[in-house]
Amino acid sequence: MTAQTSPPAARVSSSWLSRLLRARELSLILILVVLVLGTGLVNERFLSAQNLRDMLLNVSLIALAVVGQTLVLLMRHVDLSVSSVVGLSAYLSGMAFVTFPGLPWPLALLGGLAFGAVLGVINGLLVAYGRVPALVATLGTLYVFRGVDYAIVRGGQINASQLPASFLEVATGSLLGLPLVVWLTLAALIGFSVYLRSYRAGREYYAVGSSAEAAVLAGIAVSRRTLIGFTLSGAIAGLVGVLYLARYGTVDATAGTGLELQVVAAAVVGGVSISGGVGTLAGAGIGALLLGVIASALVTLRAPAFWQQAIQGALLLLAISTDALLSRRAARAAKLARTEQAARAKQSAGTEQAAPQERVP
Amino acid sequence: MTAPTSKNSKTGRTRSSVLSWEAALVGLFLLTLMVGSSLSDAFFTPINLSNLAANLSEIALIALTMTLLVIAAEIDLSVASILGMTSALIGALWSVKVPMPLCLLAALLAGGAAGLLNGLLVTRLGLPSLAVTIGTLALYRGLAYALLGDRAVADFPTEYTNLGFGTLPGTEIPLPIVLFVLLALTVGVLLHATPFGRALYAIGSSETAARFSGLRVERSKLTLFVLSGLMSALAGMVYTFRFSSARADNGVGLELSVIAAVLLGGVSIFGGRGSVIGAVAAVFLIGSLTGLLQLKDVSNEILTIVTGLLLIGSVLVPNLLSSFRVALENRRERGGERP
Repeated sequence: MTAQTSPPAARVSSSWLSRLLRARELSLILILVVLVLGTGLVNERFLSAQNLRDMLLNVSLIALAVVGQTLVLLMRHVDLSVSSVVGLSAYLSGMAFVTFPGLPWPLALLGGLAFGAVLGVINGLLVAYGRVPALVATLGTLYVFRGVDYAIVRGGQINASQLPASFLEVATGSLLGLPLVVWLTLAALIGFSVYLRSYRAGREYYAVGSSAEAAVLAGIAVSRRTLIGFTLSGAIAGLVGVLYLARYGTVDATAGTGLELQVVAAAVVGGVSISGGVGTLAGAGIGALLLGVIASALVTLRAPAFWQQAIQGALLLLAISTDALLSRRAARAAKLARTEQAARAKQSAGTEQAAPQERVP
Repeated sequence: MTAPTSKNSKTGRTRSSVLSWEAALVGLFLLTLMVGSSLSDAFFTPINLSNLAANLSEIALIALTMTLLVIAAEIDLSVASILGMTSALIGALWSVKVPMPLCLLAALLAGGAAGLLNGLLVTRLGLPSLAVTIGTLALYRGLAYALLGDRAVADFPTEYTNLGFGTLPGTEIPLPIVLFVLLALTVGVLLHATPFGRALYAIGSSETAARFSGLRVERSKLTLFVLSGLMSALAGMVYTFRFSSARADNGVGLELSVIAAVLLGGVSIFGGRGSVIGAVAAVFLIGSLTGLLQLKDVSNEILTIVTGLLLIGSVLVPNLLSSFRVALENRRERGGERP
């Protein structure tokens, strides 16, 4: 009997939720358009093909890392170790190119993916089976992986001149007008969006993040899902590392430091809730794009160089605060509508006695 | 024997295991000191220990308020940025000939205001502190650059820089560590022996329950964030005077070291559990390990790895032990039922 009544209720709440989320993505896109056009009006060079291309290139690395981070955030976890995985993978893939100059670049990308997956498995095992909170586990591995990176690099450096030109083409070359890195990121965003939206496994991320206990009761293998999520996050970060090498050419032991906060920030701005269960990859991708565009616009608008970080921080706070206010108002409106409906239903049933109690503070 | 008292013994065990964790930290700390002094005569010298302790000053100071925040199930990632911002503020004001006491007052006010903003965003808007303080981490560091750019101000008067790298007269105890000991005692009393401090445990264990018991959750949290801002400002002064240099990038990345120390000290990231002694012991353990590894000429990267492993181990080992114990008990119970 409950099985019969619950689907319609679930559909109502999910359509209400998705409407809210869609509205959020819409408002982000609106801000984005206003920002791009506004900056373009002030300085046309902002809209030049070259600048837009550079901007997309810069955003795509963060946006790709956001894909993995979102999977983890949806489960109410966080992966702070991404920056160290990126740095380690970038240097190791560079070393691979130096030792085997004939290494075909697709193999390097696959190698980064596999290497990152191994590091992700470590995080996943710690969180899922060692019951170490994700923040602690990945803060720990952030240190360990970075320490290993330092130990391997020992003050060394990989330069663009040591890398095959075909590999650097991945980030600098053009395929239908855009570098391969951008296409890869788009493919990952779309592919994982479909996975999260339409596949049983994808829906499980939301279930685990909304309530792990309920997910267990619903028969979801929560530990396995957590392990897979961290593995995917690690694998994607490993891939980002190889692409980082292709993009910048120069990599030392500090490559990627601080990336973890940028990635989490992009996801949060994009509406992925840090308390799990809420968010889409479309939003997260737009969040990354928005942060990238803001950074680029500040340069174009000749904002004083030393103020740029402060402005970015303020905008980030503005984004999450507005979001909190809006969603609170939406929740209140929904609650009000619901109680009004209930009151009306009661009135029509002739029980006016309950009406004063329905007032919501 | 175990069956009737199992509930009591379980709570007793968790408490004793927390205590034993702190004891283990202190033991490890003493062990590293002993190993250090057996390895080299230069280790257990007042000057070496004094240097090691002085290098911990800022992390130790901020760890005190971070302990309070984490016990109340909140976190502040912006501490290192507040440190940098206040350091830059002191430099910027001093370079335009503002008297030093006024510079320091302004730094304290700025730190308090920064903490207040964090607290307001968390308590009034109901935002998660992790998200808020990632944002303010960027904002406050950005303000530090806005204040000072890439300049460095270094011409501080010696009577102030002496506060940074001076020692207690007649001893080798660094003055910042004296300050830390005084504040650690204060925070320890505040946390363990006042209604305000005990309320933090209640808030961290269950905010809803704390609210229904009439505790002023919002006000407590707001106070904690302001305290964290003030402490970070104080750490900013210590940093500025200890290195006699005000730069916008002072203390970058320090927040993770502080959080690592606090978590290693047995403070639960889920709130409601932890002590000042544990956090302080963890700070000094990391310090003495650093000294030990430096002595053996082990490079810094190994220390980074050891810190990370300690952090993970501090949670993983007790977890594994407890699940092992549960498995053992289950087996024993099953074995006992059979006859």
